[in-house]
Amino acid sequence: MEISKEKFQIVGTRSTEAEKISKPSLSFWKDVSIRFRKNKLAMFGVVLLILLIIMAIFGPYMTKFDYRTNNLVNTNKPPGSMHWFGTDDLGRDVFARTWQGARISLFIGIAAAAVDFFIGVFWGGLAGYKGGRIDEFMMRFADVLWGIPYLLLVILFMVVMGQSLGTMILAMTITGWINMARIVRGQVLSLKSQEYVLASKTLGAGLQRIMGKHLIPNTMGPILVTMTLTVPSAIFTEAFLSYLGLGLTPPLASWGTMASDGLPAIKYYPWRLFFPATFICLTIFAFNVIGDGLRDALDPRLRK
Amino acid sequence: MEKLLEVKNLEVSFQTYGGEVKAVRGVSFDLHKGETLAIVGESGSGKSVTSQTIMKLIPMPPGKIKGGQILFNGEDIVKKTDKQMEKIRGKEISMIFQDPMTSLNPTMKIGRQIMEVLTKHQNMSTSTAKERAVELLRLVGIPMPEKRVIQYPHEFSGGMRQRAMIAIALAANPKLLIADEPTTALDVTIQAQILELMKDLQSKMDTSIIFITHDLGVVANVADRVAVMYAGQIVEMGTVDEVFYDPRHPYTWGLLASMPSLDNDDKSELAAIPGTPPDLIHPPKGDAFAARNQYAMAIDFEEEPPMFQISETHFAKTWLLHPDAPKVEPPEAVKRRMRKLASTFEKPVLVQEGKS
Amino acid sequence: MAKYITKRLLYLLFSLYLIITATFFLMRLAPGNPFTGEKQLPPEIQASLNEHYGLNKPWYVQYGDYLVKIAHWDFGPSFKYNSRTVNDLINDGFPVSLFLGVEAILIALALGTLLGIIAALKHNKWQDYGAMIIAVLGISVPSFIMATVLQYFLAIKWHIFPVARWDSFMHTILPALALASTPMAFIARLTRSSMLEVLANDYIRTAKSKGLGQTAITIKHTIRNALLPVVSYMGPLSAGIVTGSFVIEKIFGIPGLGSHFVMSISNRDYTVIMGVTVFYSIILLSAILLVDIAYGFIDPRIKLTSGKKGE
Ligand SMILES: Nc1ncnc2c1ncn2[C@@H]1O[C@H](COP(=O)(O)OP(=O)(O)OP(=O)(O)O)[C@@H](O)[C@H]1O
Ligand SMILES: [Mg+2]
Repeated sequence: MEISKEKFQIVGTRSTEAEKISKPSLSFWKDVSIRFRKNKLAMFGVVLLILLIIMAIFGPYMTKFDYRTNNLVNTNKPPGSMHWFGTDDLGRDVFARTWQGARISLFIGIAAAAVDFFIGVFWGGLAGYKGGRIDEFMMRFADVLWGIPYLLLVILFMVVMGQSLGTMILAMTITGWINMARIVRGQVLSLKSQEYVLASKTLGAGLQRIMGKHLIPNTMGPILVTMTLTVPSAIFTEAFLSYLGLGLTPPLASWGTMASDGLPAIKYYPWRLFFPATFICLTIFAFNVIGDGLRDALDPRLRK
Repeated sequence: MEKLLEVKNLEVSFQTYGGEVKAVRGVSFDLHKGETLAIVGESGSGKSVTSQTIMKLIPMPPGKIKGGQILFNGEDIVKKTDKQMEKIRGKEISMIFQDPMTSLNPTMKIGRQIMEVLTKHQNMSTSTAKERAVELLRLVGIPMPEKRVIQYPHEFSGGMRQRAMIAIALAANPKLLIADEPTTALDVTIQAQILELMKDLQSKMDTSIIFITHDLGVVANVADRVAVMYAGQIVEMGTVDEVFYDPRHPYTWGLLASMPSLDNDDKSELAAIPGTPPDLIHPPKGDAFAARNQYAMAIDFEEEPPMFQISETHFAKTWLLHPDAPKVEPPEAVKRRMRKLASTFEKPVLVQEGKS
Repeated sequence: MAKYITKRLLYLLFSLYLIITATFFLMRLAPGNPFTGEKQLPPEIQASLNEHYGLNKPWYVQYGDYLVKIAHWDFGPSFKYNSRTVNDLINDGFPVSLFLGVEAILIALALGTLLGIIAALKHNKWQDYGAMIIAVLGISVPSFIMATVLQYFLAIKWHIFPVARWDSFMHTILPALALASTPMAFIARLTRSSMLEVLANDYIRTAKSKGLGQTAITIKHTIRNALLPVVSYMGPLSAGIVTGSFVIEKIFGIPGLGSHFVMSISNRDYTVIMGVTVFYSIILLSAILLVDIAYGFIDPRIKLTSGKKGE
């Protein structure tokens, strides 16, 4: 072996080398986003959702028909160059109604998720942060409420309070926030014991500051997953209520009301069911795969 | 003595999102009948992966044996199928795992977890297996074994679970027992008892043991030979005396210097090795230990050192043994215990490629 | 054990009390409800309502009477049909609904766990993707759409199953399948993720190190532990089956309690809505309690006295 002698000079540790060889640390969210983008199904869901949202915004303007005008000479027309998705039993354009319905169905889903979020974060955050008796009482209350069958309660509410968008969202969120509250509380409890929160507490930071700066960002992952999965369940509930005759009242169009109006006509006018039903399924599908993808991306144990 | 196990140039990798983790990079060692080999090294040095590969227990994928041979009784384990391995696992080779808390099935009674091995490998009927399970529990020192066999793991303490684990591992009288840090999760007194138990059982049953630990203090008590692992490679290997009293690799010096010992109560000298182990996705050029090595030479950053032989049984993988290297003094704590051993060669001999 | 069950029973009673109270007062808020007496009703119905609810008495007496009657398993009269009481409807419809529900639960459990187990054992292979696509579809298609589509193709077009009604076992298959589709999908996903979690556990490696074969490991060590979360899903599962039966029974013309309930909703038969809601709540809350107790027997780690997982 030929090695020049000066190579055997002692040079000692190389701190720069030691720095460089330690793993390149990606920031948490960057890591999550990389893993999420590798999930083909979830990315497909994102694309689908973006398309649906674009159509919900622009769809109603793409046709000259509007969603509420009856046209009794043009009832139950199959899809064609005039009416792209056909017409319904009152001669209304199904294309216009579908995208009008998209607005309402998506609005219901997102509003339900948002209300859940605010109540859940407030309730769970407060319970977890205050701890002790207050926590005990607040979570017991949630437990009891949780015991009540969800859809029965929603049905009862709709029967009593009348069928409007507001009641529907209210009814859906009356027990919907509990899940969120539990997640937030759990995270708050585990984070509360961690040093950096203790540190900022001793430094005299107020409740709001601690919640805003540390707790909320750390809890963001599970919250995001729950919200993503609340949207499809709300859209589902809306369709279910419409089918029971507890949906929105005409001429308002939601996918649920359109689908349940179209059900009896499946044999002769299948398009009246096909379009709203397909979009309900696609939307629920998109949100579900996005939620799953987010959960997998956020879970470091699943790193392959 | 007869060779039971021969590992030659073993390479194991894991495919991950970040790239290929080269967890084991060319490991060779052998083991004789009735012998105990200790493998020591920092966390992440590849001890568990090496030992689990011997039983083909690493998850594949993402794991993959990239090269090398594992000869057990002369047969290459690497080539064996899963079906063939079933006849070896538990019967010829068995293993005690690092964490007794999670290594037992929480919803199965302890007795049944032991009986599984007996019915599988010893063709025992359920009733004889049950009796034998009680016997085994008694053998590993669990009081009132008749009661304990019908209990679940959560009714056992950590030490008792590890004893139950040992009972499972010994149930079929294996020829080779791999103990992967069997005492790390336990407190000190229980540790001593478990080690005593293993030594005792070994002398009764004449099994060979691979004993994995990162606690050098334990090694002197139990092992015949020691292999020191760093970043997926064996950097020094020799008898216990050779490694403790005549260590040659600067990493071994670091380990010894950071070991508290009875004759040295001056705590200020306990020196941890600075820095962190290298990234195994992109192992550094040259000697993997160079960046943390205060004795590193220019060549350490360029060329991987070859294996040098210091005695019939003593090997070390460092450029410091090259004839051109300067003479260096090991740290004070290590120097104090250095002894001249009779078996040492005149001069370190370079081990030729392909031979160890 | 007894202490735990007592505690849980108290909780159950408290939840039930809340539900009963809520329905009682909510109904008084509903426009056109029988309690305000604004509407002119046929005299016979007015009489039976008077008799049952004591409408001329003050509200707190009515409330107290109502609680007592429910404690005696009397859910009151119908507000639309003089001849029927809620108890009649329950006696008439619930056995049918129960049969349909149990059949659907069995289908959902069998198919769901099977799909989940296959998916987990063939993780990241085509079987996994196939099973999960089926599961995502099951979750994405609301049951009333699923039911209509199944009915249209399998019964109306291809004549494999009867279209509707409730005459023979053949009549039950299609509705039970439609009812099972969403819960089956949930169970498949739950089983899969729980199997994967169990498979990553150290004790599976221990089992492998003993020389057990793949089948023995799956049956003895994996499935049992992986199915524990599925057992605790039985509560939400029965709730889903009950609410799903509302639409399924309507679509297939099945004379079960679900159809009666939906009918009472469209008729705004307030007293029936109230009575059936309370009845379903009792059934569901008891089901959840039973599941929890059963879980305590199945999982040795759980001591029912503490109600928590012990280590
Ligand atoms: N399933 C796996 N996937 C990816 N990398 C793995 C896997 N198992 C082990 N590794 C990597 O292989 C390397 C060696 O790990 P190993 O468990 O053998 O270390 P060890 O020496 O046993 O450490 P410890 O003392 O902590 O048990 C580590 O870098 C680890 O991250
Ligand atoms: Mg290890």
